[in-house]
Amino acid sequence: MAKVLMKGNEALGEGAVRAGCRYFFGYPITPQSELPHYLAKRMPEVGGLYLQSESETAAANMVFGAAGAGARVMTSSSGPGISLMQEGISYIAGAELPCVIVNMIRGGPGLGNIAPAQSDYFQAVKGGGHGDYRLICLAPASVQEIIDLMQDAFDLADKYRNPVMLLADGVLGQMMEPVELGEEKIAEAPEKPWAATGRKKGGPKRLINSLYIVPEECEKHNIKLAQKYDTIRRNEQRWEEYRVDDATMILVAFGTCARICKAVVDSARNEGMAVGLIRPITVWPYPTDVITRVREKAEQFLVVEMNMGQMIEDVKLAVEGMRPVHFYGRSGGMMPVARDVFGEVKKLYNGGAA
Amino acid sequence: MFEGILIAGFGGQGVLSTGQLLAYAGMMEDKHVAWIPSYGPEMRGGTANCGITISDQPISSPVVSEPTVLIAMNRPSLEKFEPAVVPGGLILVNSSLINIKTKRTDVRTVYMPANDLAEELGNSKVANNIILGALLELTGVVSADAVLESLKKVLPPKRHNLIPVNAEALEKGRELACKFKEKKSS
Repeated sequence: MAKVLMKGNEALGEGAVRAGCRYFFGYPITPQSELPHYLAKRMPEVGGLYLQSESETAAANMVFGAAGAGARVMTSSSGPGISLMQEGISYIAGAELPCVIVNMIRGGPGLGNIAPAQSDYFQAVKGGGHGDYRLICLAPASVQEIIDLMQDAFDLADKYRNPVMLLADGVLGQMMEPVELGEEKIAEAPEKPWAATGRKKGGPKRLINSLYIVPEECEKHNIKLAQKYDTIRRNEQRWEEYRVDDATMILVAFGTCARICKAVVDSARNEGMAVGLIRPITVWPYPTDVITRVREKAEQFLVVEMNMGQMIEDVKLAVEGMRPVHFYGRSGGMMPVARDVFGEVKKLYNGGAA
Repeated sequence: MFEGILIAGFGGQGVLSTGQLLAYAGMMEDKHVAWIPSYGPEMRGGTANCGITISDQPISSPVVSEPTVLIAMNRPSLEKFEPAVVPGGLILVNSSLINIKTKRTDVRTVYMPANDLAEELGNSKVANNIILGALLELTGVVSADAVLESLKKVLPPKRHNLIPVNAEALEKGRELACKFKEKKSS
């Protein structure tokens, strides 16, 4: 199969369609508008529905409804729009419904700007909305990986009856790269015996609900959710390792930052420094297992992010104080430059001397 | 092999599509390619630019902050981006619309009246491909054949009637680049 040149945002759309997604609700916002644009054209071709909602709040609740009826459904937005969706996302998580939410992160807080950022990490992996819940969060680093992860996103959502968030930044959305689409085989959504599709003459009552008015029952629900999250933590951690085997210094970065860090690792290796990279592919569940493993050999960690230091907290939790964890970041829509990251690496590698 | 190419001009000059054509051609030659547009808050008639990276290694950041090649289609683009070009790099100037010279002395600069030459070919819209033809000749980043092949993919079928004039434009650019090289060596 020949490769095609595709924008990250378009790949999200095509990946979703191929994963069997047939419903999209959303509201335009830069830097992800090419995704709804693409699906507005593509959904009708496959008998699906594209609807531009009146707001992001509405979109999240439309997703809630469609997911409750058993559909493979998706929405997407960026920073401010994702904030508006948080109420609906909490309800979806509480009602244990599968769906996929894309956040093409831009500079914040507030209105911020439309340039690439990773500053919605906390919001994505620590909750975001109210209540005790988790989103499964996937962080692709290339247009090809976007295509590949979209299928996994819908499968994981259905497997665990949990919302899945795809976390990327404006650069990944806007850039074009060659992708291998493979054969156009469109996945079918699995049977969902819990879905509220109508009783059809005396069938069992199916209720989609996040209301547990009796505290004892609500606690029981929370414990059940927590057990599910533990299972996900055990089974679904994903990451990529790059030249870590003998590394005494480990860079940790996801998404676009990880691409830059890979080049930094190569530069460091060319100068004889034992530096490697761990790239989380799931940022929730966080790939704690690999950090726990490499912290035996590694003498120090350097976390590189497009924010002022968010994922570093998860790295520190995994390192458990056994090694120093340093940070290098750019924020507000600025991107790290390989040369600057390499400078930081050299300084740390030589014990703090420039 | 690594080229970070920045193409800049105003909206409507084919800046983004020229970049896509180049990226497509690189992909057809099995190279690593990435294309990224500027997507800042631009006004209508404002500036547009895109970065294309073509390499035999995987591409780290797709953002072209230190171009090896700059194609400046209008004056603001030349003024804005010429300081960023790496020493020893290449600047291609559309002298039909740019009446100043570059300040850089540590790069190769080629001036081409691309719009006027395009008019001579009978289609003002192929100015970008005249410059692209020169770029191919001067850098060898991708082959002209790959670009011609890519035109078939990038242009919708109803526009395939424009392929011959685009091919002429590429050839015109190549000839000019050859003359530039001869002048340099003599």
